[in-house]
Amino acid sequence: MAVMKFIPETLKNLFKAPVTTAYPFEPAEYPERSRGHISIEIDDCIGCGMCVRACPLGALKVDKNEGTWEINRFDCIVCGYCVEKCPKKCLSVQTGYQTPGGDKTSELFKKSEEALRAEAEKKAEAARKAAEAKAALEAKKKAEKTEA
Amino acid sequence: MKKRSIVPYGPQHPVLPEPIHLDLVIEDEKIVEAIPSVGFIHRGLENLVQKRDFNQMAYVAERVCGICSFGHGFGYCEAIEDIMDIEVPDRAKYLRTIWFELSRMHSHFLWLGLLADGFGFENLFYQCWRIREKILDVLELTTGGRVIFSVNKVGGVMKDITPEMAGAILDMLASVKKELKAIVPAFTQDYSVKSRLVGVGVLTKQQAHDLGCAGPFARASGIQTDMRKLGYAAYGDLDFDVITSNDGDSYARCVVRINEIFQSISIIEQAIEKMPDGELAAVVKGNPQGESFIRIEQPRGEAIYYVSANGSPHLDRMRVRTPTFANLAGLCETLKGADYADVGLLILTIDPCISCTER
Repeated sequence: MAVMKFIPETLKNLFKAPVTTAYPFEPAEYPERSRGHISIEIDDCIGCGMCVRACPLGALKVDKNEGTWEINRFDCIVCGYCVEKCPKKCLSVQTGYQTPGGDKTSELFKKSEEALRAEAEKKAEAARKAAEAKAALEAKKKAEKTEA
Repeated sequence: MKKRSIVPYGPQHPVLPEPIHLDLVIEDEKIVEAIPSVGFIHRGLENLVQKRDFNQMAYVAERVCGICSFGHGFGYCEAIEDIMDIEVPDRAKYLRTIWFELSRMHSHFLWLGLLADGFGFENLFYQCWRIREKILDVLELTTGGRVIFSVNKVGGVMKDITPEMAGAILDMLASVKKELKAIVPAFTQDYSVKSRLVGVGVLTKQQAHDLGCAGPFARASGIQTDMRKLGYAAYGDLDFDVITSNDGDSYARCVVRINEIFQSISIIEQAIEKMPDGELAAVVKGNPQGESFIRIEQPRGEAIYYVSANGSPHLDRMRVRTPTFANLAGLCETLKGADYADVGLLILTIDPCISCTER
């Protein structure tokens, strides 16, 4: 009669080290691909809103004029679809899970002053170039008219 | 006539991992009839197809259930690919097969642990879940998620398995095989365990057939049913047999599932060996139009995906017929005549996944 078939395994367990780690005294280790949370290089963001349209949960908000990107981490399921859709590749999936909390708060990322200034300068430059091109075109047309 | 009484069982009960309610009509200690009712965790996920586009829906479909997650995402993507006539690259097919079998392994280990817990063998329960943790570690290494992988998309997969990762998988398989062999005698030969399993909850082949049972539950009753034999993904190229047993009792269901773990190990080893190089995903253009009907083998049995699309990014309808739903009728049949003390164990033997069933 086969009784106590598990005794050898049980005895082994008495002398084995625990298989669990003593978290939080030992830090948790995540593999490189672990989908912990979404992070953004906000200064590279162009505010196109592709991530907002891709998100199945509607956890993202983008304001192009203000230069902000907002994520509700409690809604985010870290599927990574926004990362796949981002044309500038400024979004990425990082290791390390979202910490729990009592309130459903969202995290706001704002472009740095330099980035905003650089963007404003770029815009002004583009506007100036466009105005110049327009003026040149008009001058050319005027010249053609006078010639005719 | 003896006095009959009705005992409500669940939805909150220590033996139930998920909420299902049964009204048990009992006569002394014997069950005369069991009346199931579901609907405690309905979330309306199928309805979301009308609000999310078909690419986003792949992520939603995957979150139908936490244990059979890969299968749901896979079945949905297969259905859309079928509608749009997308030829999935061979490498993606093999990757899907490997991840599918890994998820089957961790699901079966979870079930073995729950079964051990069900008959009160706590040590064995923790041993099973300790081994399962190794599979979860490998899944996190290769996909980034422990139970929700998010690697499937319409047209293929998003992540690759590098040669180092394949090595890690093979190492893990070797150690899991060894450790599973060490604990199998406790399930199959132990006197006390056998007294709880052998001859308990017998479902004959004819009953299983008439009630439309699926998966390991039906295979334990001697029905040769395994949707993997249809040859979807890379299963057509791999060598495996349908594992069945003719006993139809709880012991047979346990043995079938243990053998399926060994079978999954063999399938993954074959798939890693045969995996070709190439693209990970096909280019998807346009929107789906038409309808499709896909059958796949989930860890719990045959799951059916019906998708109807209208040419816009939003689908008309998605319907999932889950294996647990098919097995509920069989469960109520096995409960008839059983001892009241065996009810918890018998519910476990169909490997109920109520989250899938109610979506």
